[in-house]
Amino acid sequence: MAMNHDNEMTYSYFPGCSLATSAKENNRSMLSFCQQHSVSLEELKDWNCCGSSSAHSIDSELAHHLPARNLALAPPDRPLLVACPSCYLRLKSTHMDIAADPEAQKEFGRMWGRAFNPDLQIINFFDMLARVADSGAFEKNKESLKGLRFAPYYGCMLMRPPKMRREPTFSGLMEKVLSSLGADPVQWAHKARCCGTFLSVSRPLVSARSVKTIMDGAEKAGAECIVTACAMCHLNLEIRSQQGKIPVLHFSELLSLAGGIGQGQGWFRRHLIDPRPLLRSRRLIA
Amino acid sequence: MNQPVIRPDADNKGFTQQVISRSGVNTGLCWQCKCCSSGCPFSDAMDYLPNQVIRLVQLGMKKEVLSCSAIWLCVGCHTCSMECPTAIDMAAVMDALRQTAMEEKFAVAEPDTLNFHKEVINSIYRYGRAHKLEIMMRYKLTTRRFLEDMNVGLRMFSKRKLDLRPSKVHHINAIRRMFWRKRRGHESR
Repeated sequence: MAMNHDNEMTYSYFPGCSLATSAKENNRSMLSFCQQHSVSLEELKDWNCCGSSSAHSIDSELAHHLPARNLALAPPDRPLLVACPSCYLRLKSTHMDIAADPEAQKEFGRMWGRAFNPDLQIINFFDMLARVADSGAFEKNKESLKGLRFAPYYGCMLMRPPKMRREPTFSGLMEKVLSSLGADPVQWAHKARCCGTFLSVSRPLVSARSVKTIMDGAEKAGAECIVTACAMCHLNLEIRSQQGKIPVLHFSELLSLAGGIGQGQGWFRRHLIDPRPLLRSRRLIA
Repeated sequence: MNQPVIRPDADNKGFTQQVISRSGVNTGLCWQCKCCSSGCPFSDAMDYLPNQVIRLVQLGMKKEVLSCSAIWLCVGCHTCSMECPTAIDMAAVMDALRQTAMEEKFAVAEPDTLNFHKEVINSIYRYGRAHKLEIMMRYKLTTRRFLEDMNVGLRMFSKRKLDLRPSKVHHINAIRRMFWRKRRGHESR
């Protein structure tokens, strides 16, 4: 990874459509967390949508070229950090497909006017966080989330297509990091149950059933909040749950709060299930 | 849930092969252990279970599988593939089936899902990125389901989760070229 003179880690940064718009609080808390831990992020210039579920569902060719353009934009000398787990899957699997196919590499060169870089490292937020955690960065904030009982929710980010089976999933990293900051993870059955993605729009009742299973499961396990690592999961849990459910927090928000950032940033106002009463009762915000 | 009537279709022998080449997945590896269907979070809404979809492909029962709802309800979460002892890439099979169904003009069992996908892709064509507000407005216009989820939309709007203006790619022709190239039938290759 690129290291500059004061030992900062530098990454290219792909936020993705959700973080750029509906989940700005996810984006901002992630950026402030990175700043706090001397991780320097440079947004990929002129990035485009990875194609999301829709492109691969109905147009495989588009689902290949959309991520490929982003790969072509990435500077070769630093890893590309992809904030959203779904975008990560699209970018990483496209990179693997092109790397395995000389014809696709030629096409890539013709379309984007630069050679395909087989050595580009593509990493997700968890990968970066694991590196920060290994450097001992959380040692000084051991008590900051004391007693907060949370349900770690990974959704489908633990699931991979067969060709990506050997890529690390970082299952357990939320529990490890947040408990090192004093929070208590609950054991529960639905941490990897899919939120329903686009069914939330086209078949709201089907998605709502899945969300109900998830939200009820977390509450029954004794959690005070659910922690998500994906902006789309976060939105679906919030819009498809009944009123009066436990709040859903972005992982990045809790990490920032643990480091003393988050107060007065306006992140929590943007939630559909207000987390502020819980955060106040835990003295995490005033 | 339907129990498929097993009628191997001699006229559609080529169909199995067509799905295998398009998806890059050897569906013949499936021995019907049903791990995929046990893990699937949305199997209760499907007419055929994921393992049954594979079986229909194996038997060349083209019409049944291309007109079923399961191929449109699969969101590609890969839970099934993680369970599969022969590592069948179910999402890739579902992608191939959906796209074949569209090309061969089969009636789409879940038209709203297809409409949503089309609006997302239209938004990418226009801006290079997904503009949620416009996707939702256009989706509502197409499906004429104006009142459904009105409160969700308003709540999202009041929390500033639906931006009025799209976030845009500057070099938009680089995006549109991908679409044009497809329409021209890849003559530039």
